[in-house]
Amino acid sequence: MATPLTLKELSKKDLLLTSGHRMCAGCGAPIIVKMVLLASDYPLVAANATGCLEVSTCISDYTAWKIPWIHNAFENAAATLSGVETMYRSLKKQGKIDKDIKFIAFGGDGGTYDIGLQSLSGAMERGHDMLYICYDNGAYMNTGIQRSSATPYGADTTTCPAGSVIHGKPQPRKNLTKIMAAHDIPYTAQASPSHWLDLVKKVKKALDIKGPKFMNILSPCNRGWRSKTNDAIQLSRLAVETCCWPLYEVENGVTKVTFKPKEKKPLVEFLKPQGRFKHLFAPENENMLKNFQEMVDKEWASLLKSAEGGRASGTE
Amino acid sequence: MKLKGWKDVNPGAVCTEAGSALQFKTGSWRAAYRPRWIEENCIQCLFCWAYCPDMAVNVKDGKMTGFNYDYCKGCGICALECPGKKGNKAIVMEEEGK
Repeated sequence: MATPLTLKELSKKDLLLTSGHRMCAGCGAPIIVKMVLLASDYPLVAANATGCLEVSTCISDYTAWKIPWIHNAFENAAATLSGVETMYRSLKKQGKIDKDIKFIAFGGDGGTYDIGLQSLSGAMERGHDMLYICYDNGAYMNTGIQRSSATPYGADTTTCPAGSVIHGKPQPRKNLTKIMAAHDIPYTAQASPSHWLDLVKKVKKALDIKGPKFMNILSPCNRGWRSKTNDAIQLSRLAVETCCWPLYEVENGVTKVTFKPKEKKPLVEFLKPQGRFKHLFAPENENMLKNFQEMVDKEWASLLKSAEGGRASGTE
Repeated sequence: MKLKGWKDVNPGAVCTEAGSALQFKTGSWRAAYRPRWIEENCIQCLFCWAYCPDMAVNVKDGKMTGFNYDYCKGCGICALECPGKKGNKAIVMEEEGK
């Protein structure tokens, strides 16, 4: 029987990611993984791309996972899990296994937006029955905050430092959720740990759909975002309320916005608490703040439009 | 926790014991502050449990019962997200050793 989606009932379930992992204090990723694993009533098998989550949850001989879990390399979490899933289908056919198992791959934005994009795209195209989850913290945080294609416009990282000539990352971030939706897979969604019920519902829905699924989840990183250790949930909430990280899903080509803020907050409320955007508040960078707000407004308007028309957001 | 030598590790670094990270107590990472639970202000919303990155909030039968200081890294998310009762927080961050 499916577990009712209340924290009270979920808290009675076994946690499949244990304490003792070595993610930084206040990291968003283990919160996301915990919620994802709690959402499932099926036995799970996971693969991990190289990244913070992988190195910190499986150091040497110690693992924080209570489900079968495999790490291969940076670029091939999706390909590795494709193989595992194919083996499972074969074993099932041979009658050697009768359980209904679900497969989840986890990757950071580096392992998903950049390095693992080809293997992810391939796995989605081949139609493997798996859910790929990207926890997007917006840079290569594990190796020391280098920019990735998920790094937002204007953010200061160690490879696009804010100085007198360039003021943080000059390019806007790549919209991976849209790219994945354009693969015309059965389910693509964007979620945030601050809206836990929305996240859990999406994972549950995704696992019940047969075929390739993709979810992009915002994962605050206080080290890289240069914020406080206690504000992971607050910042992810602000990202949603400013429409910088809209919550939506694309199911069989139909876009649905799952959370519309009552009042769209100005983007600066999300940027202000983060040290990586500190330089944007200097008087000479006023136009960058304006640009950034315009980008967010444009993206939000385009998303609302796709939701109205019921078209895949990738077709705009 | 006893560190293993290379001869004790399985080929391919395969871990055969699920959840063995529990042997590594991350509570020693807490630098200055630790959370304190004030039961009378607790409305059992379980946000602390849901948002704890370290699974260091103890729950029993769907109710919060305190913290596991062996693993709590003292990030303070629980205290910030705690709605409390009538504006009084049920979780406060206190200086270590007080």
